[in-house]
Amino acid sequence: MVPIQYFIGLSAILFTIGILGVLIRRNAIIIFMSVELMLNSANLAFITFARMYQSLDGQVFVFFVMAVAAAEVAVGLALIVAIFRNKQSIDVDQINSLHG
Amino acid sequence: MWLSEAVSSGPQFFYLVPLVVLFPVIGLLVNTAFGGRMSEKAIGWLASAAAGLSFVVAVLLGISLLSYPEGAVVPIVDWITIGELNINWGFQVDTLSVTMMLVVAGVGTLIHIYSIGYMHDDVRFQGDPGRYQRFFVFMNLFIAMMMILVSADNYLMLFVGWEGVGLCSYLLIGFWYDKGENGIGNAVAGKKAFIANRIGDFGFILAAFIMFWVFGTFEFNAVFELAPEVASLFPAAIVAITLLMLVGVTGKSAQIPLFVWLPDAMAGPTPVSALIHAATMVTAGVYLITRSAALYNLVPQVQNIVALVGAATALFAATIAVGQFDIKKVLAYSTISQLGFMVAAVGMGAYVAGMFHLVTHAFFKALLFLSAGSVILGLEHAHHHMEHNSQLKLPMDENDLHFDPQDMRNMGGLRNRMKISFWVYLIGAIALTGIPPLAGFWSKDEILTDAANFNPLAYWMMLAAAFLTAFYMGRQILMVWFGKPRSLPAEHANESPPIITVPLIILAALAATGGALNLPMWHTFTHWLEDSLGHLHAVEFSLQIAGVSSFLVLAAIFLAWLLYGRKYQAMQELPPDKRPDDPLRPILGPVFTALNHAWWMDELYWTIIINPYVSLAHFLADVVDWRFWHDWFHDTVIVGGYNKLTQVLSIQIDLGVIDAVANKLGDSVKRTAAKWRVIETGYVRNYALSFFIGVVLILGYLILR
Repeated sequence: MVPIQYFIGLSAILFTIGILGVLIRRNAIIIFMSVELMLNSANLAFITFARMYQSLDGQVFVFFVMAVAAAEVAVGLALIVAIFRNKQSIDVDQINSLHG
Repeated sequence: MWLSEAVSSGPQFFYLVPLVVLFPVIGLLVNTAFGGRMSEKAIGWLASAAAGLSFVVAVLLGISLLSYPEGAVVPIVDWITIGELNINWGFQVDTLSVTMMLVVAGVGTLIHIYSIGYMHDDVRFQGDPGRYQRFFVFMNLFIAMMMILVSADNYLMLFVGWEGVGLCSYLLIGFWYDKGENGIGNAVAGKKAFIANRIGDFGFILAAFIMFWVFGTFEFNAVFELAPEVASLFPAAIVAITLLMLVGVTGKSAQIPLFVWLPDAMAGPTPVSALIHAATMVTAGVYLITRSAALYNLVPQVQNIVALVGAATALFAATIAVGQFDIKKVLAYSTISQLGFMVAAVGMGAYVAGMFHLVTHAFFKALLFLSAGSVILGLEHAHHHMEHNSQLKLPMDENDLHFDPQDMRNMGGLRNRMKISFWVYLIGAIALTGIPPLAGFWSKDEILTDAANFNPLAYWMMLAAAFLTAFYMGRQILMVWFGKPRSLPAEHANESPPIITVPLIILAALAATGGALNLPMWHTFTHWLEDSLGHLHAVEFSLQIAGVSSFLVLAAIFLAWLLYGRKYQAMQELPPDKRPDDPLRPILGPVFTALNHAWWMDELYWTIIINPYVSLAHFLADVVDWRFWHDWFHDTVIVGGYNKLTQVLSIQIDLGVIDAVANKLGDSVKRTAAKWRVIETGYVRNYALSFFIGVVLILGYLILR
């Protein structure tokens, strides 16, 4: 079948792309998407290891992660809407009034 | 306490001895507290009664001594107890101290009574009747202090009395403290007396120190018992003690060189001069030497010095008395001269002669002073009357403005107007000059006999002094009582009232009969004093010496009569510009001026002692204290330095250093903060990057360890 290493590698690549996205992109929604990407990569890693050790614990944990991701997105999008009402923009570089 | 001693010592009256001090003290306290509300008579008689009761107690003590001649020591209180030093106040009742007590209280009482009348007039002449009370308070204080002096049983208690009488002398000389030359003359005289006495006291105190150092005690009996032992081991100590006590005696008893205060002390009222400066206080020195006979007998070389000091003073003062015009000054120098006789006598070891002369001198000198006071009062009264009585307004010349009632040149011919005063004065003068059979002859003759036997130099000096004594007394009698009155007040002077003349008569009787105390046949006084002083050599009467001295006295009186009898009256007839003020002036010339100025002794002392001292005091005060200490040291060094110090502290240190540290600290914190503030960019992505880096580091550490 497909070797396990390819799944782990894919998970790592997806995680890295997610990190880069959080650090580099300015659009708040894109940052959220990147965060989702990171979460999904973690999910992939969980499933891979569940398959490898023939355990269902990893797969159950994926459900937790998805629930958390969904809740987080809800709160995050609410935040973005609130920010947009104030700033008329979702460019995170413009939220710098706490600078020293 | 002393009460238990009374039962054991003797049934007689020794335990009454504290009363000799207590009565005058009560007198003075009552007069001080209530005198303001008492009449003058009450004040005077109370004070006299206090002195009189003191005399009664002294008489009782004398009677007790007839049965118990060894006397007694009556302790009163423990005064000082420090380590080995144990000084108590005790009364020593023996024949010597009782002799002094009788003289002080007896003559003192008579003078108190006299003063009742005298001071009544004197306070009115001087314009301050309110001061009457004060006089009697001070007089009683004097009697109390003198009693403490003569009754003490140790040297320190004697010194308490010694200083006390010095204080009373000062107070009474300066009684009229706002009168005198320039308004302060009397106060200056009082000060002079006190200071001269103080110099003498200094000697006494040093003697007391050495005595304590060597003997360990001040009590008479203890010291005299130890004296022979100390003399063999440490003779220099006895010499030092006796010499230093001599210094004290020259101060208190007005010998050379400290006699200068006594003539000035005549500024005090006449009863003061009589009591303190003739009869009692000045004799304290003689008493001291007599009391210390046991010590003086061990040091013949010091005895010689004492005798010579006494004899020299006798002669010196007698010469000065010849040239004085003030009636009281003549008597003052006469007192110094007679004290010289006494000191010479006790110096030679003739204690009986000295004490005998002390007693007789008290009688006739007090008599002379008091009668002189009567004369002065008479003249003052007459002068007063003439000034204020328009009926008696006689032509007065300009001299009357500054009329001196004490100047003998203003007197003359008073024997017809003041008969009682004349006769008592004459008796006193005859007693003083030493004409038999009056008291002065016996006592002076005893001294001269002792001198001839023991110290020929002193004998010749005292013989010359006796000659001069007769001369100046003759001069005085002739100038005051004989001839014609030389001033208007003298023409109108009247006799004094009985309260003044009765004490005079009593004293005259004593002066006339006092010789009976120690007539050469019976030596009563010698035996009396032997009980205190041990074996005393009784002097045999020497007809030769008595004859020589009597001859000289009569010759002197004859000479005085030649000069001051008719010649003086003839002198008065001359016109004023050709008239010398005294018959002796043309004869003696500059010598007379020297005598009148007391051989310029006061000026000498001013030049060599007082002026340098005053200059030194000024120098120390103005230069050392003000300019150096105050101006330079205080203001420039201390204050200036302190100001500079505070300047440095406040500007350079407080502002410069401390503030700088604080400010720099604050600045450094600000700079650090400014540096670190750049992290707070506000960009979320930067914060996210820092999370990332941190996670990487931590995970890397955790995985790789």
